[in-house]
Amino acid sequence: MGEAIAFYTISAFILGFAVLVVTARDTVHSILFLVADFLFVAALYVLLHAEFLAVIQLLVYAGGIVVLYLFVVMLVNLKRPAEDYKDPRRRSALGFGLAAAILAELAAIGAWSYTTPPHVVAESASTAMPFTGNTEQVGWLLYTSYLIPFEIASMLLLVAMIGAIILAKREL
Amino acid sequence: MIDSFVFPLLKILIVLNATLVGVTYMVLLERKVIAWAQSRLGPMRVGPYGILQPIADAVKLMLKEDITPTRADKWVFTLAPIISMVPALIIYAVIPFGDHVQLFGRSVSLYITDINVGLLYVVSVASVGVYGIILAGYASNSKFPLLASLRASAQLISYEVAVTLTLVSVILMSGTLSMVGIVRAQESSHMWYAFVQPLAFVIFFIGGLAETNRAPFDLPEAEQELTGGFHTEYSGMRFALFFLAEYANMIVVSSVATTLFLGGWLPPFPNIGFLSFLHFIPGWIWFLFKSFVFLYIFIWVRATLPRYRYDQLMRLGWKVLIPLAIVNLVVTAIIKVALS
Repeated sequence: MGEAIAFYTISAFILGFAVLVVTARDTVHSILFLVADFLFVAALYVLLHAEFLAVIQLLVYAGGIVVLYLFVVMLVNLKRPAEDYKDPRRRSALGFGLAAAILAELAAIGAWSYTTPPHVVAESASTAMPFTGNTEQVGWLLYTSYLIPFEIASMLLLVAMIGAIILAKREL
Repeated sequence: MIDSFVFPLLKILIVLNATLVGVTYMVLLERKVIAWAQSRLGPMRVGPYGILQPIADAVKLMLKEDITPTRADKWVFTLAPIISMVPALIIYAVIPFGDHVQLFGRSVSLYITDINVGLLYVVSVASVGVYGIILAGYASNSKFPLLASLRASAQLISYEVAVTLTLVSVILMSGTLSMVGIVRAQESSHMWYAFVQPLAFVIFFIGGLAETNRAPFDLPEAEQELTGGFHTEYSGMRFALFFLAEYANMIVVSSVATTLFLGGWLPPFPNIGFLSFLHFIPGWIWFLFKSFVFLYIFIWVRATLPRYRYDQLMRLGWKVLIPLAIVNLVVTAIIKVALS
C-alpha cells in the first residue's frame, strides 16, 4: 500500500516535470526541470531497491551530463523572444506518425508484459550470485553474463573520448 | 516505533543543528586563526575573546536588506543558494560519527543511516552542489558573477575526477562502499588508510581544497579580479546561505577524509598494543577531533599560501593530480591482486 502511494506520487512528479521541461519558455528553467525529473527517477530506482542505479543516475545524469547542457545553454545565450516560427520543410505528419508508432510500441510492450508471466531466468541468475549487496550484484553480472556488452560500451566511450580530444586540439 | 521514527528524527535534528552551530563557529575560528597568523587579535568585542561574534554576524546578516537585481531571473536567483546549501547538509546522512553507544538501555548507532552505496551517495550529492554556483552566476544577470561561476564549475568538474579516482583506490582496499564498512575494514586491517594510501590521501586533500573553493584554489572568489565572485549580487540571508554552504562543505570534506583515511571513530594506531588504553576516549570524540584537525589545516593553508593562477590550477588538476591518481589506482589494484 505504502509502496503504491510512493510509486504513484513519484510517477506524477516525473510526468509533471517532464511536461514542464518541454513547456518552459526559458531554456535554463527547462534544464532545471530536467534535473528535478532525474532526481525523481532516482527515487523510483530506490523504490525498486536498485540503490546503485539510483546513485549512478544522480551522479552521471544530474551531476555530469546536465551540467554540460547548462554550460552550453548559458554560453550560447538563447534569450531571444519566442517568434512565430513557420518552416516550409516542417513535416508535422511525419512527427505525429513517429510519436504514434512509439506510443503503439509502448502500449504493445505494456500489454505483453501484463499477459506473459514474469521472467524466471533473472531470478535463477540472482540466486546463483555469491553476493548479496546491490552494488556487488551489479558488478558480478557486468563481469560474467554481460561482459561483452560491457566491454563494447567501454570501447565506445574510449573512442568518444579520443574523438573529443582530437576535435578540441587540432594541432597535436 | 521508537527505533524506526523517533531516534532517526532526533539524530537528524541533532546533526543538522550541530552542523549549523559548527559552521558559524568555523567562521569565528577562521577569523581568529588568520588574525593570529597575521599578528592581529581578530574579533574581540562581542563577548570574551569575541566568542559571541557568530551570533552578532547571524543577526547582522538576517537584518540586512535582501536585494534582487532588477533584470535577474527571480526564481533561479532565489533557488541557487538553497541548491548549494541542501547537498552540503544531506551528505551528513551517511557520515558515521561513531559506533554504537548505550543510551537509556538501548543500543543507538551514531550515524543516521548506513546505506550500501554510502560513498557513491556522497560523491553524487556533492556533484549536485555545483548547480548552486552555476545558477547563481547565471541568474544574477551580471558579468562578474557569470565569469566566476564558469570558473568555479570548471574547477569543480576538473577536480572531481581526481578526487573520485582516489576514492576508487580506497574502495579497492576496503571492498565496500558503505561508510561504516570502510571504517570497519580499517579496524580489521589494523591500519588507517592514510598509511596504506598516502598518495590518495594527499590528492584527496588537495582536491577537497579545490572542491570547496578554498585558498589556494579560491579563484571563483578572487576579489581583485571578480569583485567577490559568483555571489557578488547577493545580500542578506541569501548571501549567508552561500557562506554557510562553503563552510558546511569544508566540514563535509573533513568528515569524509576522516572516515576514509584516518579511521573514522577509531583511536590512533589500533595495531600497537600498548596504545590500546586510548580506547577509553569515546569514538565520536576521536572523530570530531580528527575532523577538527582537518578544518584547522584548511584555515592554516589559507593563511599561508598565495592564490594559484587559473592556468596553473587547471594544469595541476589535469596534468598532475589525475595522472597520479590513475597510477595510484593501477598500483593499488596490482598489489591487491598480487596479495590475494
